[in-house]
Amino acid sequence: MNTLLQAEGLSYGSGDRMLIDGIDLAFAGGSFTVIIGPNGAGKSTLLRLLSGELHPSRGTVRWNGESLNAIPAWRLAHRRAVMPQASDLTFPFTVLEVASLGTQGIGRGLSRGDRRRLAHEALEQADVAHLAQRNYQTLSGGERQRVHFARVLAQLTAGRTLETQQILFLDEPIASLDLKHQLALLQTARTLARDGLCVIAVLHDLQLSADLADDLVLLERGRLIGRGTPGAVLTPTRLAEVFGVTLNASPLPPSPWRLAVA
Amino acid sequence: MTALALHDGGPRFALRERTALLLAALAALVLLTSLAALGLGATGLAPARVFGIVADALTGRTAAMEGDALIVLQVRLPRLLLGLLIGAALASSGALMQGLFRNPLADPGLVGVSAGAALAAAATIVLGDALLAPLIGPLPFHALPVGAFAGGLLTTLALYLVATRGGRTSIATMLLAGVAFGALSGAIMGLFSYLSDDRQLRDLAFWSLGSLSGATWTKVTAATPFILPMLLATPFLARGLNALSLGEAEAYHLGVPVQRVKALAILFVAVAVGASVAAAGMIGFVGIVVPHVLRLLAGADHRMLLPASALLGAALLVAADTVARTVAAPAELPIGILTAAIGAPFFLWLLLRRPGGMAL
Repeated sequence: MNTLLQAEGLSYGSGDRMLIDGIDLAFAGGSFTVIIGPNGAGKSTLLRLLSGELHPSRGTVRWNGESLNAIPAWRLAHRRAVMPQASDLTFPFTVLEVASLGTQGIGRGLSRGDRRRLAHEALEQADVAHLAQRNYQTLSGGERQRVHFARVLAQLTAGRTLETQQILFLDEPIASLDLKHQLALLQTARTLARDGLCVIAVLHDLQLSADLADDLVLLERGRLIGRGTPGAVLTPTRLAEVFGVTLNASPLPPSPWRLAVA
Repeated sequence: MTALALHDGGPRFALRERTALLLAALAALVLLTSLAALGLGATGLAPARVFGIVADALTGRTAAMEGDALIVLQVRLPRLLLGLLIGAALASSGALMQGLFRNPLADPGLVGVSAGAALAAAATIVLGDALLAPLIGPLPFHALPVGAFAGGLLTTLALYLVATRGGRTSIATMLLAGVAFGALSGAIMGLFSYLSDDRQLRDLAFWSLGSLSGATWTKVTAATPFILPMLLATPFLARGLNALSLGEAEAYHLGVPVQRVKALAILFVAVAVGASVAAAGMIGFVGIVVPHVLRLLAGADHRMLLPASALLGAALLVAADTVARTVAAPAELPIGILTAAIGAPFFLWLLLRRPGGMAL
């Protein structure tokens, strides 16, 4: 495996309250990894450590061997984009302006027209182009999430003028989306992964995670419990242990209304 | 919403054209108010005459400093320039602080610079004669502005240190510490006015209401090096502030050196507002009102907002000052009364028209 991002002995927290405790993980381009686990397992904290936002208490995260926290913010911004859980804006930015934040200062040799085109294309891709001139503050939660998806897509496209290997981090990207847009967003993420991007997402929906992810990372109380294909990670015993519920992990659709994801 | 109407309706200008148009209109407004400020007063002068005097002075053809030339060049021009500088400084500082604190109600006062400057100035007025004079003789003419400037800077520095842990400045902590310091300084100011004699009390009141009446070329040249750097630097902070609107983590993810942007913005504001307060006392509400109006007119992009705030702030303060010195001539209103009398109701109106209450 061609490792892009590598965590070694990654820990975050202090004393007896370790939010992330001694995790070793490697991620490669062209894969869609989903981090799962019960509430408070440390999924978002792990994502923030891997994206460079938090500095580990112990251990390291390396990008192609280079310590993540030694990479300047502007360069990192060309290599990875992070879609936040939820975001409130105090000021009346338009949707187009929010998406354009993904291209401001990112990329090399892009004209003003190029950047505008990138932002528009990203809005199309996230199905919010019709809202381009709307005030972001007046949008619903789901629409806001799609705008931020557009913003990170624009950022990655702009960043590709400088960096070829990129990571997309998604922190519960579908929490407020309707079904259609949940599937559309995850499909887009998966297509990007097929094209060589490394996608790392935190998801709550085990069904969707199992259907879409190449790889699952299962966390419990800050520790890594399992890593591998959905079939290997989501065993009935593990589900019972970690989530405290009896689930039937079967390779076949358990009910007629089970979503078929192509 | 008004802001939406401008974005949605009417002929659509490209963002850049709209920004250029707005900035040009504001620049014209600055020119108009400047002409009015130079022409209006006890001696009314036509614009042509004002132009003539200024042109003569610039080309070195002014024969003698007397009559109209004296009024324009020695009285009204320095006052105009000081007003432009301070108006631009207060309004841009407001826009910077609101962007930094992600709060439309933030103003330069929040980083403690105004409170600190006021406290130091009050201390100089009330205690200066009693404590310092025996040591260094009669207080020099500029003890008050120097004291105010130093007080503003020291307070901002102290609040910044309180809010910084492990290399990260918590904007929320700084805001709360600023509120606490404001209350403390209010208490001490109360104590000072209790201790003051009549003359000191009048000085205190006059200073805390703000006025450009003391404008001289010396003050203009003293304030310029502290205010101009901020005005020149704001365009470089615009992108960072736009990204910061999403949150500090998001700004970092977008490649913005968040800590540096915060430190620079706070430093520029502390220095520029410190110099403004030192030169003209406390002038309220320009920093809140101007960026608000512009956001309603043209949206929130800081690349437009920062230069536009500087222009509108300059025009507004000069206009207010012209009214302040002509409306009750030969007496002069403190300009702080005017800006607060316009600013406070406007502010209440903003609070009332905001749907769903206020998020701080």
